[in-house]
Amino acid sequence: MQYTLAHLKRGEKATITDVSSIHIPLKLLEMGCLPGNTVELVQLAPFQDPMYLNINGSHLAIRKETANHILIEKVDE
Amino acid sequence: MSKQINVALIGNPNTGKTSVFNALTGLNQKVGNYPGITVEKKEGICKLPRGVKAHIIDLPGTYSLNASSLDENVVIELLLNRNDKDFPDVAVVVSDVENLKRNLLLFTQIKDLEIPTILVINMADRMEYKGISLDIPYLEKELKTKIALVSTRKKQGIEELKQLITNYKEVSDEPCLNASEVDVDYFNRLRKAFPNQLLYKLWLVITQDVNFGKIDRNEIEALNDFKTKSKGDLKRLQQKETIKRYQFINNVLKVGQTIDTSQAKDLRTKLDRILTHKVWGYLIFFLILLVIFQAIYDWSSVPMDFIDGTFASLSEWAKEKLPDGAFTNLLAEGIIPGLGGIVIFIPQIAFLFLFISVLEESGYMSRVVFLMDRIMRRFGLSGKSVVPLISGTACAIPAVMATRNIESWKERLITILVTPFTTCSARLPVYLIIISLVIPEGRFFGLGYQALTLMLLYLIGFGAAVGSAYILNKVLKIRSKSFFVVEMPNYKLPLFKNVTLTVLEKTKSFVFGAGKIILAISIILWFLASYGPGDNFNKAEEIVTKEYASQNLSEDELQQHIASFKLEHSFIGITGRAIEPAIRPLGYDWKIGIAIVSSFAAREVFVGTLATIYSVGSDDEATIKNRMAAEVNPILGGPLFNFASGISLLLFYAFAMQCMSTLAIVKRETNSWKWPSLQLVFMSGLAYVVALIAFQFLK
Repeated sequence: MQYTLAHLKRGEKATITDVSSIHIPLKLLEMGCLPGNTVELVQLAPFQDPMYLNINGSHLAIRKETANHILIEKVDE
Repeated sequence: MSKQINVALIGNPNTGKTSVFNALTGLNQKVGNYPGITVEKKEGICKLPRGVKAHIIDLPGTYSLNASSLDENVVIELLLNRNDKDFPDVAVVVSDVENLKRNLLLFTQIKDLEIPTILVINMADRMEYKGISLDIPYLEKELKTKIALVSTRKKQGIEELKQLITNYKEVSDEPCLNASEVDVDYFNRLRKAFPNQLLYKLWLVITQDVNFGKIDRNEIEALNDFKTKSKGDLKRLQQKETIKRYQFINNVLKVGQTIDTSQAKDLRTKLDRILTHKVWGYLIFFLILLVIFQAIYDWSSVPMDFIDGTFASLSEWAKEKLPDGAFTNLLAEGIIPGLGGIVIFIPQIAFLFLFISVLEESGYMSRVVFLMDRIMRRFGLSGKSVVPLISGTACAIPAVMATRNIESWKERLITILVTPFTTCSARLPVYLIIISLVIPEGRFFGLGYQALTLMLLYLIGFGAAVGSAYILNKVLKIRSKSFFVVEMPNYKLPLFKNVTLTVLEKTKSFVFGAGKIILAISIILWFLASYGPGDNFNKAEEIVTKEYASQNLSEDELQQHIASFKLEHSFIGITGRAIEPAIRPLGYDWKIGIAIVSSFAAREVFVGTLATIYSVGSDDEATIKNRMAAEVNPILGGPLFNFASGISLLLFYAFAMQCMSTLAIVKRETNSWKWPSLQLVFMSGLAYVVALIAFQFLK
């Protein structure tokens, strides 16, 4: 199954694999959301939205609608 | 005279760029607007060694040169236009040592524009704490720049930065990587088509779907022919470019930066665990709100009373000491109270911005935005709308100004449009006097009816704001990119200097922006209330003296009756009479009509106007109340202020747009009369209908 960032649970880490969807704002890429980078879900607001992420040391919050388009590969720990 | 060096300060948000600006310029700064738009333009003068001066522009914070908001457009417009008088001789890119990688993206883009660029690595005092060490000579060589390690908190590195600016001619203006490698073929064709243009500049103009006001039009139009690639292709190319830049940055930092994570102590994780918690997060936010309310209502009442008293005695003094005449009256009854009406808001506005800037500087505000976004989005608002809606309970003016950081224009516009529904402090005096007149004193489960009514009015205000946001969201057809990306910055202790300067600047901007309008309206109102046509007004003294000749009135009482009679026949009194048919179905008479008309300058004028009309010499609430309670409805009989008309009036004030200053600010922030007009018609129309229904139903 293809995972997206929206599947991530609190405290879980993953590797970003694809961000080519047109629904992902360029700004997000500029803030470090790029393939190969590690992403960790720091916190979820109630209703699981927005998501508070740590991407390679960059801390940011995005809405779930955007997270749905970011493909990831879960990191086994 | 030596030429000033033009310096542009550029950097990501939350890098302490403004702290660097404050450290360089101190109080030698001014805030204006870029022509035609409401983006703030901060500029200042910095004295450099050997008598050289630098003109410094603090450009809005941006993550890259790919603009997605009005603020960010300003940055590119300046950097792409070599003919602009502010075009920088040298760019200073401010970065945060903890986010160097991300901050360098913007740096590499600016280098591509071939502008000499200095790199400031700010918050250097955090390096040890975070276990970061940097190889500065290596970084300077690879990034082709000069680096200043700065800590504005510890006041370190500022002199070195000034040295670098003074010797800006030694700073390289070469790009540090070749971004055109992402599509060699395409960029070669571009280069051939425009051999005299900077390649990266062309690329920026092609990829931005924004309007470049100042850049040569022909240039862009020529480029439009060149758009051989589809939007999707261009975007993919931009993605490749971004990845390419990060590869370069990663390679440089692999050698130039070492982070010993074992030394890093993490406070943010602990704080975030509490502050963004599902329960504690909201609870703490609620407590902070309570403190802010307390400050705005309670603590600021002391200076406000003082200001009120001072201006009242100043008026008295002017009346006594200056020779009688129209000018003295204008001064004592128009200008001085008008100025007082501006100054009185300063304590509340200052307190509000004190809290807001502390919350923002500390990094807490991003957590509130995170917590509230989902809830607010249901109503077409953004998590970032929370701040304006809170501010609105003090005064809609600073609240509207606080919407500026909402990226989505639609969400920002809706926030601006609905904020005036929240119960501002100017409505409070009106509410208090009417509630005490028409609501019985009984209790309901230990809670007073009167207190409950007041609380209900606050809820109605908030409900109206959220409800109309919901409607506007459905009705407004505005295409605006609704992305939401919020950086969650590190927690920081706010810098005293930054907070003070923000409070000063916001207060100043209110006093000189909205102040002018409040003053003008007060003067017009004074004129309308002090002059009138015909004998009734001009011979008021004779008429009243004759009428009351039989009653043995004291001189004071007689003067009050004269004043009241004059007001009735002044221009404003005539206006009140004229609108009486329209407001009678709401349960009001012409006197309330006057109060409503004059409330247009500011709502709290209501009580004062009624005081004048009912010829009560003092503003003492008890006296006015007795007088109001004795008023009889001329048509229906019975007291004029009864339950039905009282509720109708309360609801009218809850909904109506009766604040000239807010309309003026909305005009300034939206740059159009369309939105304030819409606000006026919609809010006042709603107020009329609701008040009408309430009165007709209850009477």
